[in-house]
Amino acid sequence: MTTLAENATAEPATSERTAALAERLRAAVGTERVLTDRTQVRTYECDGLANFKVTPAIVVLAESRQHVVDTVRLCSEAGVPFVARGSGTGLSGGALPRADGVLLVLSRLRSLGPVDPDNRQVTVEPGVINLWVTRDAAPHDLAYAPDPSSQLVCSIGGNVAENAGGAHCLKYGFTVNHVLGAEVVLPDGEVVHLGGRAPEHPGYDLLGAFIGSEGTLGVATELTLRLVRVPEEVQTMLVGYRSVEDAAGTVSDIIGAGILPAAVEMMDALAIEAAEAAVSCGYPEGAVAVLVIELDGPRVEVEAQFKQVEEIAQRRNAFEVRIAADAEERALMWKGRKSAFAAVGRISPSYFVQDGVIPRTKLPEVLAEMKRMADAKGLRVANVFHAGDGNLHPLVLFDDAVEGQAHEAEELAGDILELCITSGGSITGEHGVGQEKRMKMGKQFTPEDLDTMQLVRCAFDPDGIANPGKVFPTPRLCGERPGVRKGEHPVQAAGLGEVF
Amino acid sequence: MTTATDTRRPGGADDAVGGVVPGEVVRPASTEQVAEVLRAAAAAGHTVVPVGGRTKTTWAAPPTSADLLLDLTGLDRIVEHVAGDLTVVAEAGVRLADLQASVGQAGQLLGLDPPEQGATLGGVVSANASGPRRLRYGTTRDLLIGITVVLADGTVAHAGGKVVKNVAGYDLGKLFTGAHGTLGVATSTTWRLHPVPPARRVVTLDLPDVAAAGSLAIALGRSTLTPTAVELIGTAGGAGRLVVLFESIAESVSDQARSAVALLGGGTESADLPADFGARPGGADDVLLRLAFAPAALSSVLGALPAGAAVAAHAGTGVCHAAVPAGEVAAVLPALRSALAPHDGTAVVLRAPDAVRDRLDHWGPVGDALDLMRRVKDRFDPERRMSPGRFVGGL
Repeated sequence: MTTLAENATAEPATSERTAALAERLRAAVGTERVLTDRTQVRTYECDGLANFKVTPAIVVLAESRQHVVDTVRLCSEAGVPFVARGSGTGLSGGALPRADGVLLVLSRLRSLGPVDPDNRQVTVEPGVINLWVTRDAAPHDLAYAPDPSSQLVCSIGGNVAENAGGAHCLKYGFTVNHVLGAEVVLPDGEVVHLGGRAPEHPGYDLLGAFIGSEGTLGVATELTLRLVRVPEEVQTMLVGYRSVEDAAGTVSDIIGAGILPAAVEMMDALAIEAAEAAVSCGYPEGAVAVLVIELDGPRVEVEAQFKQVEEIAQRRNAFEVRIAADAEERALMWKGRKSAFAAVGRISPSYFVQDGVIPRTKLPEVLAEMKRMADAKGLRVANVFHAGDGNLHPLVLFDDAVEGQAHEAEELAGDILELCITSGGSITGEHGVGQEKRMKMGKQFTPEDLDTMQLVRCAFDPDGIANPGKVFPTPRLCGERPGVRKGEHPVQAAGLGEVF
Repeated sequence: MTTATDTRRPGGADDAVGGVVPGEVVRPASTEQVAEVLRAAAAAGHTVVPVGGRTKTTWAAPPTSADLLLDLTGLDRIVEHVAGDLTVVAEAGVRLADLQASVGQAGQLLGLDPPEQGATLGGVVSANASGPRRLRYGTTRDLLIGITVVLADGTVAHAGGKVVKNVAGYDLGKLFTGAHGTLGVATSTTWRLHPVPPARRVVTLDLPDVAAAGSLAIALGRSTLTPTAVELIGTAGGAGRLVVLFESIAESVSDQARSAVALLGGGTESADLPADFGARPGGADDVLLRLAFAPAALSSVLGALPAGAAVAAHAGTGVCHAAVPAGEVAAVLPALRSALAPHDGTAVVLRAPDAVRDRLDHWGPVGDALDLMRRVKDRFDPERRMSPGRFVGGL
């Protein structure tokens, strides 16, 4: 992972307020579940985005819903902010702690199931690991569709907070399309049930608003997930190209032919080089770009369309088309792709993982522009993307040891996001806004857009204690009641925020 | 230049929403004009009820007040269709059928098929209307990727975007879906499209007892078949037909249809859908209910309906529409809601004849999030001027 010279490191606030809160928390959830020892709490100073570090004042290791309710309620009463954390694999700093707050760790809430095969559902606690769901569903020929690359370790609660995607969301959709219900502890400690086991419920779709809200609207303590039938047939091919344009053209032609693959992933030469160095995945030698294309569904359909895809790839000058003969070969094809982020560590001392989205049809021009921008700074960018849905993961490579290069790389990563916005896309497709990209929100959205989102925040969390400082660029305060303005808030008086 | 004010006219009986005749009708032609109208309504303290194709003005609870009917059919432009990206941007007043015809020219479709003829995109979103193909494509929440809304005070806001994959900011599109115009007015919508499948095959199985559909739908769901829809059309306590629709390439649909006949233990294959496929059950004198429940409970749900009620169930999805005679509904509804509860089920009144509409509890129990819903409403529309009374809890 990357480290930055100017790491944001903050000392824990050892104010009387948090000390008193720690005492109350110990009484409520048990001494052994409340950590305040500096060396112990430092374990939680960052998530998967390691260049931001903050040592939390208090860590609570919740083991039950009641622990979560007690913790949140006590935070609310004390006016102390809290940040929920699952496995800590997030890549946007969404679970970055607050020095003046509580880090609420949910990874011990791991009850799973049983699988309900007739309804194709399962109810889990938030600390359950993504892959465990599919593991438990497999005996029923079912699977949990969202498959982020970190699925071996990431938690369902974290997936819900970030609305996690994965390679197969081109066909199957994102976390929000697979979560039917959530039990949520609101930031004042109230427990509500959003959605459920039925496909719809009377009232606002607050579940839809909650999923992807990055821990700013409350803490999920139980989730009901939709499972999908394992398809009859899966076929995967690895295709090598001499140009990025041909690879991108293949993707467009597949979509144009009315085929919806389960996944279409692209890697460029630098990403291939890194993957080779790390996991010897045996990708076609000399490829400037490779595509991993997977089709699934009824056998007759997959076989016919797979042939069609192969022809399309040939027409687009593929120099090698390799078809996975069995599950083992398929796994090897995916191994290179899924290990790509970490693999880049083999070819560069440090790197930034970026996550942006563009309309798929703009892929060739955006890649060319990205190359131009990188060249201008003398930096290299490795590209790994979910090509089917235009979700780019540029990896900006740099060397900490070179004076100023980290800063240049950070700037380039930011410029790439702005390129995504001007191309009609988004600053994040699946990693979330978190701490990292909140200052970019104002580039993608107008002040009115952000103010309107803030209305949702104020309905759920009027005191602004759930993961404050994430997602949105400026701190906002909610009026006591809409339309009723009271006296000036201290934060407002200090010029730190405006009353909303 | 025409302004929205120029289109103002007094409301008439034809403009009634849930039997309530609006004071005035205004027909703006752009998001900016909607904002202008809503700013003026805010200044005057007027209540506002947005409508589109007016196919569902007798749906949901009637408004408690309608000073101004906001007719959105003037926002009728398909703004941008990028076939290569499988996305389309269209204003709220565009008719769903017109959008389908337009994107259909590029061999694409929007995966929503509610049967109401003349329905507009805004109305489909606001009512969260869906049809049989939700089994494959999902509903508005799965397909709407961007939205422009105008709030009660005239603020124009956007959320989402033009790309399918996007997790930046809160997803206001989901909040406005099914909100029945109580949070503000959707003026523009951006959608994910799908390719039109090249071939179709239909398997129809006659059922002496509709209750058999429950286990058949479970069996289909556990198989590797990928039907676009499994529609049960029939009568509670009586006979019906299970219509299984396959849409894919020709080789696949004929193969899957054959397998389906084997799995169902019968059925006849055809190329065409029956005329009543996807239609809402019952007639104008009936109360139309939408039941939603854990999908495997279909047989129990059918058993809980009064015998003789016409039903159309999107089997496998956990949604069933039922028509109950207006005279019986008041007696039926509480028992039905109790019977549905163990299956996380709810029964909402979609459409009711004038004679009984005001006396019904349209939404039924809402659960423990109702207070939170009120708080959301209070933030978006603190003066409660947007479609007041049409939604849950009197919102």
